[in-house]
Amino acid sequence: MRPEPVAPPPQPGPEDAPLVSVRDLKTYYSIRGSFIDRLAGREAGIVRAVDGVSLDIRRGEVLGLVGESGSGKTTLGRTLLGLVRATGGSMQFEGQELTGRSESEWRDLRREIQVVFQDPHASLNPAMTIEQAVGHPLQIHRLMRSKEQIRARVIEVLEHCGLAPGADYLDKYPSDLSGGQKQRVVIARAIILNPVLLVADEPVSMLDMSVRAKILELMMALKRDLELTYLYITHDLATARFFCDRIAIMYLGKVVEIGPAEAIYADPKHPYTQALLHAIPEPDPERAVPRDLPRGEVPDAAMPPLGCPFHPRCPSAFEPCGWESRDLRELFESRWALAAGEPGVEEEQALVGDLDVLARPSSKVRLTAGRKAPEIVGLLDRIRAEDPAEPFWRGIERMEADELSVNIDFHEPHEPQLEQVGEVEVSCHLYDPTITQA
Amino acid sequence: MAATAARPVSPHGRARLIAVGRATKPIREARGVARGMLWAGALITLFFVLLAAFAPLISPYDFNQYKADGVRFAAQAHPSAAHLMGTTVLSTDVMSRVIYGAQTELKVVAIALVMAIAVGVPLGLLSGYFGGPLDRALVLFMDALFAFPYLLIAIVIAFLLSNSSIGGGILTAAIAITAAYVPLYFRVVRNHVVSLREEAYVDAARALGAKPRTIIRKYVFFNVVQNVPPIATLNAADAILLLAALGFLGYGIQPTQGAEWGYDINRAVSDASSGIWWTGLFPGLAIVLLVTGLTLVGEGLNETLNPVLRRRHFGRIEFPALGEEQSDD
Amino acid sequence: MTEPLLSIRHLRVYYGTSGDPVRAVDDVSLDIGEREVVGLVGESGCGKSTLGRGILGLLPYGARAVGEVNLDGQNLYELPPSAFRRFRGPQLGLIFQEPMTRLNPLMRISEHFSETLKQHEPKLSDGDIKRRSLETLGRMGIPPTRYEQYPHEFSGGMRQRIMIALALVLRPKVLVADEPTTSLDVIVEGQILALLADLKKNFGTALLLITHNLGIVAEACDRMAVMYAGKIVEEGPVRDVFREPAHPYTRELLRSTISLETKELHSIPGSPPNLIDPPPGCRFHPRCPNAMRVCAELVPIEQRLDERRRVLCWLHGPEQLVPSGGELPLEREAIGIADEA
Repeated sequence: MRPEPVAPPPQPGPEDAPLVSVRDLKTYYSIRGSFIDRLAGREAGIVRAVDGVSLDIRRGEVLGLVGESGSGKTTLGRTLLGLVRATGGSMQFEGQELTGRSESEWRDLRREIQVVFQDPHASLNPAMTIEQAVGHPLQIHRLMRSKEQIRARVIEVLEHCGLAPGADYLDKYPSDLSGGQKQRVVIARAIILNPVLLVADEPVSMLDMSVRAKILELMMALKRDLELTYLYITHDLATARFFCDRIAIMYLGKVVEIGPAEAIYADPKHPYTQALLHAIPEPDPERAVPRDLPRGEVPDAAMPPLGCPFHPRCPSAFEPCGWESRDLRELFESRWALAAGEPGVEEEQALVGDLDVLARPSSKVRLTAGRKAPEIVGLLDRIRAEDPAEPFWRGIERMEADELSVNIDFHEPHEPQLEQVGEVEVSCHLYDPTITQA
Repeated sequence: MAATAARPVSPHGRARLIAVGRATKPIREARGVARGMLWAGALITLFFVLLAAFAPLISPYDFNQYKADGVRFAAQAHPSAAHLMGTTVLSTDVMSRVIYGAQTELKVVAIALVMAIAVGVPLGLLSGYFGGPLDRALVLFMDALFAFPYLLIAIVIAFLLSNSSIGGGILTAAIAITAAYVPLYFRVVRNHVVSLREEAYVDAARALGAKPRTIIRKYVFFNVVQNVPPIATLNAADAILLLAALGFLGYGIQPTQGAEWGYDINRAVSDASSGIWWTGLFPGLAIVLLVTGLTLVGEGLNETLNPVLRRRHFGRIEFPALGEEQSDD
Repeated sequence: MTEPLLSIRHLRVYYGTSGDPVRAVDDVSLDIGEREVVGLVGESGCGKSTLGRGILGLLPYGARAVGEVNLDGQNLYELPPSAFRRFRGPQLGLIFQEPMTRLNPLMRISEHFSETLKQHEPKLSDGDIKRRSLETLGRMGIPPTRYEQYPHEFSGGMRQRIMIALALVLRPKVLVADEPTTSLDVIVEGQILALLADLKKNFGTALLLITHNLGIVAEACDRMAVMYAGKIVEEGPVRDVFREPAHPYTRELLRSTISLETKELHSIPGSPPNLIDPPPGCRFHPRCPNAMRVCAELVPIEQRLDERRRVLCWLHGPEQLVPSGGELPLEREAIGIADEA
């Protein structure tokens, strides 16, 4: 009754080749600017949603892709599924190249790579019954002809996903089901073709706590029974720990840390990973809300920070991390926010002038200040004295005032690369053996 | 559920029945003002539909008949027992012309709307789903058309067609009205499709490997087509007025082909100064009534089906006394 | 114990339907003291959001409320709606889940603040308005250089900070926060929670924190109340409830929470009940592993476990009201997965 899997059985070999092999994958979006920009042919900006990601997914494993909004994890998943065109790089599935395929070339592969989306309420067509929705893949790929065969297979798969007796659900519409039941239907629809790889994008984050465990258990059981491989995309490190064999942490389109799950949880290396773990609210009343979280938020993906994108928030940042003009602006802004209402703030604001000159990213800053230039330097020295441990100061190579302006040169920015450190790979200057730290 | 395997009805057939049932549920549950509108409008419209359908049986005379048994009718006669609504200057019976007029109006408008929907909806679906240069061109074209008053477009088309091989008449009037309304259906459908295109279930369908044709048919069409009935009924009301206007201006139906209210009113203008009120009043009243009826149905549908406007009506909310829950219901 | 600042007594909020009403909040009583952070936790459909809005009298069309919401001794529901409205803002604040949609995209931040302050404190001068707004915004981490910007120029976390500042600039005594961090990333969530936990220190405001996330409650709240199917089933200091949950639902909810330390997955069989026609007796009994016969027949009576804890469960008595045989375990059909969420 089950449709024949399309993929040939895996060749035995000294080392199993990975199921999916991603090399330097890039997916960029261009932003439509204002009308004038378009008229002039200027692009308003490029969002580098996936910016040079390389990783493998091994057969039979669960790889977690963890990140916050703007990390690119969802875009990476969608690129892998062919829902979004890759801009560059390569992805291979069982040796076949995926990039550059047309929509019709993707169709055959769709039998083997399936997806479960985040929102169970939106993933099902409100105008189709459960039988129609779950049976639709069989019809699309013409695997079964007779309606009775399709119905029987639909019932089988519904029951496998915990919706028993399956026949009771055939005539129902999505609006008749609860969130957890809908997600089971979505999973049933995804496995009815016996896929090899299942991309699950936040499959439980919209479900209640008491229901999450059931869906996760279902996914684990299916992995065993159907020998599935999972790409589990989430922002929730707690469920990821439970479910995943290996984990890749993403930040602004790049992988910053990747390795076996237990290694990452036991000894997180990248400061961002450490922050993520530290920030998760723990149901332990002895713990208070952490006060030492990194400041700021995930930056705008269209204009990422220079060097390492995490450096403006990183408590351990130092010289090569990519200090620039916007960090100086941030310094002033947070200072004035904290001291808002106190005397002196307005004078400082008047002294420094408009911060918009710092908006364009650059490692060289010029504050035109005329006669007030030495005063600004004095102000900066005072700020530094108040908190010498602030990483920003390590980024300044040279600061001097002349008659017209204050010139600040930051250290040259370097983008970190993934390096092997023990069991994991980390993309962070702290672990780069070629960089000596003061 | 043991009979499931033996059922002769296909799953899709059954699904459609269920779907129709669910779609009409809000209509059956309508209350208050919306319900009143629906019922009043439906009754009025039904009245005219019956008039149109059974015109030969109901009408005392033919629409062009000016004599009976060889005797010519009186011209411009007051309403009387023989001619309940009086006669025109050509000795035709006003009431017969009103009844046959209903036939003409509804026939033309039905043809026109069906054509407008048949052209506008598929174009809107394709344009909205595929986007790109086709979409941009169509939107530009349709928006330009939309900027013109309906009447103007209809007159231009009617004028052009009357001078061509098709000539004047029902088909011309229908095409003229179609041309005026195609942009409306195109816009509504296209905009809805564009917003649906981003929905997760459409994405999921792509991920399943469905072809665009399947996606449009199964995933997009049904969700979009729900918009059409309220628009079509309100549209019909507007179209009646448009046809009457065409007739009034002389671009509509030829007098030999059928009675038309707008045309009759045009003829009645000169009567009014002579104090002959019945030749203009009754066709005018007919137009007002039919348009009102259709509008009521359309607005009623809008109020019931449109989730934004729908005002649910509630049963009374009673708070039992605290502690009363102990008793079994 | 000092007089509570906000005292809710027997509040009920029902939503109208074409048939019987939905009993979203069904006899809820809760106290919030000065400078307290109280967590209201429950899953979807339990009525916690409705309760939050019911406190402010912000009920949607078709809902009716009855009961007492006493602020400083005055029952707000006894007041005519216009008088009730005057409490909203200066006395009672509310922040919502989706900061993206709650700020007017056509108004600058400065305009949001001046509109709010002018309405409730008309005697303030423009200079005072600006000073107070900048100060409140500053405490939330929004720099004064961005005062004239529009909401879309800010990120999600910053918009939530602006919303909180907007609520706090009026110095309300009580702030109700309805899932304030659910749509935010986890690090930003931590930042916002730190702000909220410090409200009592920095602004003297009491906070009712409505959430489904037990981790947030554990870290940020002093007391907590657990809601199920429109009722509060347990309430007490956070430490005590976590260490020794008195109600089976609380216990099961804690067990099914997935955290970094989770070794085993747990879930609660079945799904939350229909609130139009809830189950007889205790509403949790169809899913409760400790259900007794009496639980299916009689509504449990609220019991005080000690001065600061209460629970709504027959397991805690009063024993004399349990009919004979009622304490025997309840026999039920196994809950099929088909009935599960």
